[in-house]
Amino acid sequence: MSQVKPLHYQSTRLPAQPRLMAILNLSIAALLVVGLVTSQWLLGDLPQQMQFDARLVPPSSHHWLGTDALGRELWARTLAGLGLSFWVGSLAAMLSTLIALSLAALATLSRRLDTLVSLLIDTLLSVPHLILLMLIAFALGGGTQAVIIAVAVTHWPSLARVLRAELLQLRQAHYVRISRALGKSRWFVLQAHLLPHLLPHCLVGALLLFPHAILHEAALTFLGFGLSPSQPAIGVLLADAMRYLSGGYWWLGVFPGLGLLLMVLGFERLASHLRRAL
Amino acid sequence: MLEARQLSFQFSPDMALIQSVSLSLDAGQWIGLCGDSGAGKSTLGKLLAGYLTPQAGDVTLDGEALPKNGLQPVQWLPQSPELAVNPRWRVGKILHEAWKPSEAQCQAFGVQQGWLTRFPQALSGGELQRVCVLRALAPGVRFLVADEISTMLDPITQVELWQALKQEAEKRQLGVLVISHDSALIERLCPQRYHLSEGKLKLN
Repeated sequence: MSQVKPLHYQSTRLPAQPRLMAILNLSIAALLVVGLVTSQWLLGDLPQQMQFDARLVPPSSHHWLGTDALGRELWARTLAGLGLSFWVGSLAAMLSTLIALSLAALATLSRRLDTLVSLLIDTLLSVPHLILLMLIAFALGGGTQAVIIAVAVTHWPSLARVLRAELLQLRQAHYVRISRALGKSRWFVLQAHLLPHLLPHCLVGALLLFPHAILHEAALTFLGFGLSPSQPAIGVLLADAMRYLSGGYWWLGVFPGLGLLLMVLGFERLASHLRRAL
Repeated sequence: MLEARQLSFQFSPDMALIQSVSLSLDAGQWIGLCGDSGAGKSTLGKLLAGYLTPQAGDVTLDGEALPKNGLQPVQWLPQSPELAVNPRWRVGKILHEAWKPSEAQCQAFGVQQGWLTRFPQALSGGELQRVCVLRALAPGVRFLVADEISTMLDPITQVELWQALKQEAEKRQLGVLVISHDSALIERLCPQRYHLSEGKLKLN
């Protein structure tokens, strides 16, 4: 017997042209991810290697993206920085999505919990992002772990609001109410009926959070509250570049900034394609 | 006995949909409810099954409030079966959510074994409605509120479905409230018939 897919899978298929673009974006992103994930092992200690006879050399065939004040290769440092940002961004986005999903699920269990979660969402959304980020990162003593926690703790409210609204709407669906009337527990209804509907939202939400998380990680590090200055993070590279920009050493800021911009835009586009496809 | 006493319900403050309605349904009894569109028939059905909370009055089962958790002895069968099933579940999983009917029971309601591996979108409204009716007949269910359940079925299937339901209801002494626009159907099925108009129940 031929298996028939549910209509909601068929009707949301993208037309050929955007689907091609989505596949192209996905392939580029996959390639980028593989490159970033493996960069740490492939590069070894190249981002830290100093060449005192080649300090602040502009881009050339020998030094592709130029070198910094200590003669370190900028391409290696940029790639390592993007790799580091990728890990921090991924972990922060995943943790943030998990917090958003847990709180949205909690909100469906009782009216009191819903009020509490809504209050928490509104409170966090009313506080400026960056200030909260700096406070949390500073309180946790800085470093990779502190940045991940700070970004995760401050980025969940908007996703939680979407997931909560979706869950509250789903909870009123006939089949959900019938399931309860058939004697199923709230927990069963949550994990069997409600959560599977939220997975596409979570996936897109996490992907949209990811570039945001990367940007905030870079901003925190740039301001000195994030990753350690000894790590080749994009924020560290940009902060270093600030000191030399007035001297005409443009490559120190342009290439790491461009790398960050491309990564953020790439993942943002991928998330938009996925949102349309799912 | 399922009893509604002085039920009142309104969706907005300026429009009272149900006004002081009282109704009782005994085990094994069939009651018909008809009325114009928007008269509040489905709302009354949902109030009886505990899907809506009345602003005044109460619904009791053997003198006690309807249970809040566990299998509800009063099951509501909605008009649109497509909305009554999880679109991501296969029909077998939907049917077996509360209990596992025997093959003979499936046959009596015209539910074919081949449907069980399909998604609900691959079944017609009528086929899905039969699955929903059978699902609602879990052991422990004592009353059914059948809200326009045969509207989308062809006449032969309608007869088959109501016959199967009648047999099951007689065997288990189920009380059934039949909500329909079709007064001929209600006349055939229910010895006691009500008409809902302007929020009030009138015995036909």
